[in-house]
Amino acid sequence: MLRLLHRWPGLLAMALVLLLSVTGAILSLYPMAERLNVPQVESTLTVADLAKRVQNAHPGVEQIRRAPSGRVVAWWFENGTPGAAVIDPATGAEIGSPDPAFGLRFFTDLHRKLLMGDGGRITAAMGAGLMLLLSASGTVLVARRMGGWNRWFARARGPLSTRLHTELARFAIGGLILSSLTGLWMTASVFSLIPDTSVEPAPAFASASQTPLAFDQIPLFAETPASALKELSFPSPDLPSDTLKLTTEGGAALIDPGTGQMLSFATPGVMERVSEIILMLHTGQGAETLGLILGLMSLSVPVLGWTGFQQWRAARRYGARIKANVKPTLAQIVVLVASEGGSTWGFARTLHNGLTKAGQKVHTGALSTFDPNRFPHAERFVILAATYGEGEAPTAARGVAERIAKLRPAPTAPLAILGFGDRSFPQFCGYAESLAQAARAAGWTELMPMGTVDRQSAQDFTRWSRDLGAALGLPLDLTHLPERPRTETLTLISRRDYGAEVQAPTAILRFALPRKSLWARVSGQGFARFDAGDLIGILPRGSDVPRFYSLASSSRDGFVEICVRRHPGGLCSGQLTELQPGDTVAGFLRPNPGFRPQTSRKPVILIGAGTGVGPLAGFIRANRRRRPLHLYFGIRSPESDLLYGEDFAAWQKAGHLAGLTTASSRSGARHYVQDALRADAEKLRAMLAAGAQIMVCGGRDMAAAVRATLDDIAETAAQSPATLKAEGRYLEDVY
Amino acid sequence: MKSLSTTLALSTALVPALAAATPVTFTTQMNSYGGDGAYLAYYVTDASGAYMGSLWMAGGKAKYYQHLSGWYAATGGNTAQVDGITGASVGAGRNLSITLDLQDALFDNGYVLHVDSSVEDMADQPNDVVIPLTSATLGQPVSGKRYVQSVTISK
Repeated sequence: MLRLLHRWPGLLAMALVLLLSVTGAILSLYPMAERLNVPQVESTLTVADLAKRVQNAHPGVEQIRRAPSGRVVAWWFENGTPGAAVIDPATGAEIGSPDPAFGLRFFTDLHRKLLMGDGGRITAAMGAGLMLLLSASGTVLVARRMGGWNRWFARARGPLSTRLHTELARFAIGGLILSSLTGLWMTASVFSLIPDTSVEPAPAFASASQTPLAFDQIPLFAETPASALKELSFPSPDLPSDTLKLTTEGGAALIDPGTGQMLSFATPGVMERVSEIILMLHTGQGAETLGLILGLMSLSVPVLGWTGFQQWRAARRYGARIKANVKPTLAQIVVLVASEGGSTWGFARTLHNGLTKAGQKVHTGALSTFDPNRFPHAERFVILAATYGEGEAPTAARGVAERIAKLRPAPTAPLAILGFGDRSFPQFCGYAESLAQAARAAGWTELMPMGTVDRQSAQDFTRWSRDLGAALGLPLDLTHLPERPRTETLTLISRRDYGAEVQAPTAILRFALPRKSLWARVSGQGFARFDAGDLIGILPRGSDVPRFYSLASSSRDGFVEICVRRHPGGLCSGQLTELQPGDTVAGFLRPNPGFRPQTSRKPVILIGAGTGVGPLAGFIRANRRRRPLHLYFGIRSPESDLLYGEDFAAWQKAGHLAGLTTASSRSGARHYVQDALRADAEKLRAMLAAGAQIMVCGGRDMAAAVRATLDDIAETAAQSPATLKAEGRYLEDVY
Repeated sequence: MKSLSTTLALSTALVPALAAATPVTFTTQMNSYGGDGAYLAYYVTDASGAYMGSLWMAGGKAKYYQHLSGWYAATGGNTAQVDGITGASVGAGRNLSITLDLQDALFDNGYVLHVDSSVEDMADQPNDVVIPLTSATLGQPVSGKRYVQSVTISK
């Protein structure tokens, strides 16, 4: 309930702040456009000259106003009809309509009162207040993230959304604070909460009998430059004792048109002057360049909102909900986590709680934003690092190892590293290993040898925690109880079976999309938004350890699809392949942004074997833009286990799939997929030269064979899998 | 569109002894001048132009009253003059109708109704409409100069 109370007003506030910032950015263009479009007065022109020019053209002139942009507008009443025009001060000629520029009134009304009355004004002011609050708290957060106020301009670290948020905030925060403060002041002024009403000169009457003097005979008119003019009102012809009224930046004066004498005078008060400056700062009227800069700054608000929202989501998803997390600047022990998945964060939580209970001041955070300067009192660093694929860094921590290797000087507090991985992979804890190497290269002291945890083993972790306790001189003996991930219930709607004849019983399982709340859809949680290649974690009955499968569909398809091969004695694959339509499983989504075709029009070479075809089929199905996709698919027999065999023809016809090559290992020529690649070497080289991307999905042995074959095929180093990998053009999803 | 029944201090001050009051309706039609809502001040002077009192103020923000320059000069911007007789500003092309209980003696005694008008970012217009309060003007639309198209007084 509390969450709902927090969430929806939060979103509404975001909408309000976005509306104010976007309309503000639009409005910032008008003053400059106006200045560029009006002729400026000559510097020698006096009010007397200007008044005379206008009166010559329009004897019935009633009022002349000059805007800060230099735009001069005159209003007159002649032959029984009112008129008004923008005036060229050089000639007194009409040069245009005084009506506000296109859209100006609409955007002004939207910006300051949401097209409503006082209620809208107050709401908009609340939006400005929120903006101020966000900017002020954001300033403190930026300083904290950078490691102190004196490091305000230091380099921002971390994943793109975090970095972008920090960079933009540093650029825009000053302007946003200025705009929101001045906006609040202006609203207060409209509601007369600020005593800034301009002081009017005391009423005075002209000597009615005299004929009006020529304007250059009036000393004040002859002395005042036209560029200082704000407003000049002419006496009403119906009121013989009416006066001229001249308003400039310096004040307002009533002048007898017959004698030229100033009858009364008033100078603006301090508050009135302050309000004028604030009006200028907020609107850019009279400070057009500043206005444009402020407009640009407020344009960053939508991006800030989005990246901030992303961070909040990531923090929630990766369980950064660490309780009793000490501030970085005060922490003695700093625990840094490199992982996208929740499980490593779960271990971090257990470690954090254990160390805290042992009386330590502990800060736990993401390794991606690591910067030693943020931790002036750190005595020990601990890194928990998960490994992906072939010893790769988690997406969220790319580039950190390189940064650590370059740390000069290395932090004085010694470092302990714990790697998480799967011993069945050749590069067990490969990423943790490369972090350890980087630390060594930087000369960072080791607190203890690197520890490892195999397949989330609680025993491994407990053992390591005892070692850590010994190194720290603390009685540590931590038991990690894995948290059961928050799952959703998926209902099977159809299954297609393959491969029974070739001893590879495999099923394409299609589940209905779980029903989503509006909030989940807005925030993109769970199965609300996913792409082919993302992972689904399935919790089989009787186990709390999830098994991951690559998704063969995207949320746009309206269903969740996976390919599962039944392994003899496999708990999860056994349960899944026995499902009948209507049955349910418990699953959760894990994004896998690292395995996705790059956005471009260049060809993609998809290579898969067995169930590895799943995500590749998903890419083909989603290929509505008809990008040339070429699939190399290794199977056992086309009669038995050609998964998606019925779909390929239709996809080729629709242009989703440009080329299909199958290699069957138990029929005909007895080919493996790497043999098919070798046979197509010429074509592959041409595609790679054209900038093609390669995506491989399947078993580890197959992936290794494919890599070796492609290495053979490559004629130049530029086409080798290693180079392509470094360029992000060679992606593997291996199991 | 507005309807209001009040007995004004103005009229009692004018003619203390007589108490014959009649509802009088002021119907104002605005021009399509292409701007924001107009502030309008309705006030009465005697034949010599001396301020007698206010009848109505269309526009709620006292901050802007100084742009109704005739009214402002006459009252010094004293908002007490329009306490209880203030309504919303009137949009371009719109119509405002006010009904007030006024002393009969207000008519045919040389009094004059003035309407000052003001629109944001446009020229101030004191005496947009000036109507001598006589029986002859009753029911006749009187043209305004700039923002007001016409004002009709009817009993």
